[in-house]
Amino acid sequence: MAAISIRNVVKRYGTGAKANQVIHGVSAEIADGEFIVIVGPSGCGKSTLLRMVAGLEEITEGQIAIGPRVVNDVEPADRDIAMVFQNYALYPHMSVFDNMAYGLKIAKVPVAEIKTRVDKAARILELGALLERKPRQLSGGQRQRVAMGRAIVRQPQVFLFDEPLSNLDAKLRAQTRLEIQKLHAELGVTSLFVTHDQVEAMTLAQRMLVMNAGRLEQIGTPEEVYARPASTFVAGFIGSPPMNLLAGRAEGARFHVAGSTLALPAPAPRDGALVLGLRPEHAQWNATGETTWPLQVDVVEMLGAERLVHGRLGELAFTARIDGMLAPPKPGDTVALAPPPAQLHWFEVESQARVPS
Amino acid sequence: MVERRPGLNLLTHLILLIGVAIVAFPVYITFVASTHTAQEVVQAPMPLVPGAHLVDNYTTALLGTRTGHGSKAAVGRMMFVSLVSALIIAIGKIAISLLSAFAIVYFRFPLRMLFFWAIFVTLMLPVEVRIAPTYKVVADLGMLNTFAGLTVPLIASATATFLFRQFFLTVPDELVEAARIDGAGPMRFFKDVLLPLSATSVAALFVIQFIYGWNQYLWPLLVTTDESMYPVVIGIKRMIAGGEAQQEWNLVMATAILAMIPPALVVMAMQKWFVKGLVDTEK
Repeated sequence: MAAISIRNVVKRYGTGAKANQVIHGVSAEIADGEFIVIVGPSGCGKSTLLRMVAGLEEITEGQIAIGPRVVNDVEPADRDIAMVFQNYALYPHMSVFDNMAYGLKIAKVPVAEIKTRVDKAARILELGALLERKPRQLSGGQRQRVAMGRAIVRQPQVFLFDEPLSNLDAKLRAQTRLEIQKLHAELGVTSLFVTHDQVEAMTLAQRMLVMNAGRLEQIGTPEEVYARPASTFVAGFIGSPPMNLLAGRAEGARFHVAGSTLALPAPAPRDGALVLGLRPEHAQWNATGETTWPLQVDVVEMLGAERLVHGRLGELAFTARIDGMLAPPKPGDTVALAPPPAQLHWFEVESQARVPS
Repeated sequence: MVERRPGLNLLTHLILLIGVAIVAFPVYITFVASTHTAQEVVQAPMPLVPGAHLVDNYTTALLGTRTGHGSKAAVGRMMFVSLVSALIIAIGKIAISLLSAFAIVYFRFPLRMLFFWAIFVTLMLPVEVRIAPTYKVVADLGMLNTFAGLTVPLIASATATFLFRQFFLTVPDELVEAARIDGAGPMRFFKDVLLPLSATSVAALFVIQFIYGWNQYLWPLLVTTDESMYPVVIGIKRMIAGGEAQQEWNLVMATAILAMIPPALVVMAMQKWFVKGLVDTEK
C-alpha cells in the first residue's frame, strides 16, 4: 500500500505552437489506503491524469510519486499498480484463469502461488465456476469482475479504475458499486477511480477530485463538495438536479436579477455583481413571511418519491424539488419559495470561484 | 432469403447442377483419361468411364519410369519440390508479413510511414513486372536451381502485410495497455496476444498463399533448368514434348490429377478456419 503524490502535473500533446495542453498543473496528495474518485465531464482530463499515474501516458511536466518513489520514468509494469479498463480489456483468447494469471506468469511467480492467488480472487469475486470460460462466454458484469480479479491477483500498491462501471446496466452498476466498496474495505488498497457519473463519485469516494477543462476545481469529501462547492462549475456538476445559479447584482439584502428583485434572508457578502446558488432541494416550498421568492411554474416532473418543479424567477430558470406526496402545482401557478440563509451559495462572476464567507 | 416454392427450388437446383457440371466435368475427363492407356485416350470418341490402368499410370508417373518423348522426371520428386516451395512461400510470407505489420502498427520509428508506403507501392508490382531484374539478382547470387531461388523472391508480400496491418489496427488499444501493465514486453505481447488473435487470418492466408506458391509457373520456369528441381506445374508442361510426337496423355492427365490433390487437401483441411478468417469479426 502506498500514498500517491501528484505534483504540478502538466500534460501537453505535441510541441511548440501546435501544442495542445490538456492538463494545466494538477496537484493532489492521496493518503495510503484512501479511495479517491476523480470526477468531471468528458474531456476534462481525468482519464489522462489516471493514465499518467498508470504510466500509459508520459508526464510532460511535474512529478508523480507512488509511495516514496518518483515514477515518472518507471514502466507501468514496475509501478506496482493494477488497472481496470472501461471495456475491461480482457485477452479474448485466454480463459478467465489465464486472464488473471497472465501478469503473474510474466512476473515468474511460482505456479502454485499463482493458483492460490487466482483462487482467492475468484472466491472474493464469485468467479469460481467460471475459471475455464472464455471472456466471450461471460456477461458484462462477469467480465467486469474478471477485470477486477486480474487487478486483485497482482496485489498492487494502487488500484486504478478507468470508468469501470459505464458499460454496465443501471442495476448492475449499483450492485458493482457496493462490491467495489466492500472490496476496498477488505483490501484497504489505495484506489483511484475515474468516472463522469456524479452519483458514482458521491457514493464511492472518501475524497473526490472534481476536474474541469484540465484543472482541478476542488478536492474534498463528498459532504464538503456538496455543502461548499468551490466554484460554479462544481455547484452545477455535483447534485442532481444541479444547483440553481442566478446571476445578478447584490445590494444589501436585495438581489437584482433579470426581470425581478429577490429579497435575501441575510445580506449578501458584498454588493455588486455576483452569482447566487440555491439547490433545488433546499428551497422551502409554499413558504410564508417576508423573504419569499415567487416561482412561476412551467413544468412539473413526477419522479416517484419527489417531484421536480421547473419554473422561472423573474426571467431566470429555477428548479425546485418537492416531496412527491405534496399536492403538485399546476403550470401557470405562482408559488412562494423561501431561501434558508444557510443554504445560499455566493460565487464571483468573473472567476466563478466561491465568495469566502 | 427463405422462399418456399417448389418451382423455384427446382430452378435453383438446376442452375447449381449446370454450374457443377461446367466446373467438374473437365476434372472428371482428366481423371478418366488418367485411367486408360495412351492409345485408348486418343481414340475418338474418348471413353467416358474409368479404365483399368489407374494403378499402372499413377505409379509410372510418380516414379518417372515411362518411356517416350518429353521430360521423364519423376512426378514424386516434383510433388516434393512443389510442396517444399509452397510451404516455404506460405510460411515465409506469413512470418515476414506478421512481423512487418507488427513493426508498422506498434512501434514509432523514423520513416515509419515511408516504409509502409514503400511496402504498399510494391502491391502494384507483380512478379511478372520485375521478373528480369529479379532473375538477374537470383542468378548472380547462384540461386538458380535451388529452393532458395524458387521461393525467396516470392516471399515478400505487400498484400499480407497490409492485411495484418488492418487487423492489428482493430485490436483495441486497451489490450496493449493491459499487457503493458501485466509486464509483457513487445515480443511477449506479440506471441501471447497478437498471434493467437490473428490465428484465423493466418489460416486464411496460409490457404491462399499455399495455393499461390503451388501454382507458380512463370518464375519456376525461369529459375529451374534441372529436372530434379521442377515443381509439378512445370513438370506437366515439360512432359508434353513439342512437335508431332505422340503424347502420353494418360500420364500427363495422371500428373495433373496428382498436382491437384495437395491444394485440395489444404483447402479441405483448413476450410473451417479459412472461412472463419475471411468473415470473422470477433475480437
